[in-house]
Amino acid sequence: MTKLSQSIVYTIIFLFNLAALSLSAQAAMIGTEAVLAAQNRQAAEDKVQLALARDDVSSQLQKMGVNPDDARQRVAALSDQELENLSHRLDRLPAGGDFFGTVGLIFIILIITDLLGFTKIFPFTRAQR
Amino acid sequence: MRKLAQMAVRVAAIAMLSACVTQPYAPAASFQNLPTQVELIATPFFPQDEHQCGPAALATVLGAAGYDTSPRQLEKMVYLPAREGSLQAETLAGARRQGALTLLAPTQLDALFAEVATGQPVLVLQNLGLNAAPRWHYAALVGYDLIRGEVILRSGISKREIMSIRTFEHTWARSDHWGLLVLAPGKLPLNASRHGLETALTQQEPYSHPEHMAAWYRSAAEHWPDSLLFMLGLGNAMYAAGHLDEAEDAFRTAVAQHADSPVALNNLAHVLNAKGKLEQALAVAEQAVSLGGEWQPQALATRDAILGAIRQGAHHQPARLH
Repeated sequence: MTKLSQSIVYTIIFLFNLAALSLSAQAAMIGTEAVLAAQNRQAAEDKVQLALARDDVSSQLQKMGVNPDDARQRVAALSDQELENLSHRLDRLPAGGDFFGTVGLIFIILIITDLLGFTKIFPFTRAQR
Repeated sequence: MRKLAQMAVRVAAIAMLSACVTQPYAPAASFQNLPTQVELIATPFFPQDEHQCGPAALATVLGAAGYDTSPRQLEKMVYLPAREGSLQAETLAGARRQGALTLLAPTQLDALFAEVATGQPVLVLQNLGLNAAPRWHYAALVGYDLIRGEVILRSGISKREIMSIRTFEHTWARSDHWGLLVLAPGKLPLNASRHGLETALTQQEPYSHPEHMAAWYRSAAEHWPDSLLFMLGLGNAMYAAGHLDEAEDAFRTAVAQHADSPVALNNLAHVLNAKGKLEQALAVAEQAVSLGGEWQPQALATRDAILGAIRQGAHHQPARLH
């Protein structure tokens, strides 16, 4: 009986050690990102700004038709610099999508600029070289 | 006399006309070191749906880098419904999320062509309209021909969109010459900045397979042999991929070059511990601890973990030794 309880205690100690070992070992490997972050230290106020930018971009994305789950993942994938660049400007920055809403005089101007090779709106125009 | 004048006018008119029609494209001097014709015909093609040139062009360059995906998959990462298009930063982040190291492309035409000549297609943002009436469009530059003065693009619904270099330059200049290099594992741009690469690589880590990260870090470490960060990155990626021998090699190289780096020592000790070389690991960990500084808590944790492993090893010795 004593032998049995002894071995149970030993097993528990062993398992406990194993868990503790793997936990502390995990924590002890220093990641590349942490090293780079330590190199370019950020002021606390920058971090506050970034947190605000993150919230702003996320809510803007949702207002523009992205579902909340996707918006969260999209914001998470942006670098600090990209976040700052997007914040408060989602409605103005170029959005590549071939969207084109111009009519009238501009239409004629664009045919001419197409022919001159400055633009490429119409498939039928072939610019001089 | 009048006849002569008439003839002169006629000749001049013909000369002017033919100049307009046949004026050959004069390659700039900076193009002279480039191959004259390049076309990356193996680049995949995804004809775009309405307003989906972003996902389509992105799938094209991702596929060329070995990351197979489809515009439909990318849509929920990069498409912004209210704008009927994709923003530049999100397009970059979309490539990042697919696992490909992605950097901004050069902003000079000759440097851009030089990238294409290495086999690297480039995702470009063009404004096909005017600044006052923009029509933003993403396409993949897959070739050029300096003799004919043309570029070749995977663009919209056209697999081989031919555009004069001059028109391409006009449309590309309106996006401030914006483009992306979406790179295959191990491949780096011709003219990457060290700092830009450090940022991009560490940013990439959560999204890429460790083997791929190791390939990029190895290339970067070969290009900048004195960089501690690239060597640490290589070691960490090898460790994450389960290649303990290669991880040990990388951290040993880092320690040999940067003996005062507690991070290199700490991570080397950690790998030695994982390999069961406990005595060596302890000695290296002690070195890391002795350096003090901001990483000392981690070094202490590593040392304690190794001490624990040594003690545990003692427990497993046959009983008669006690």
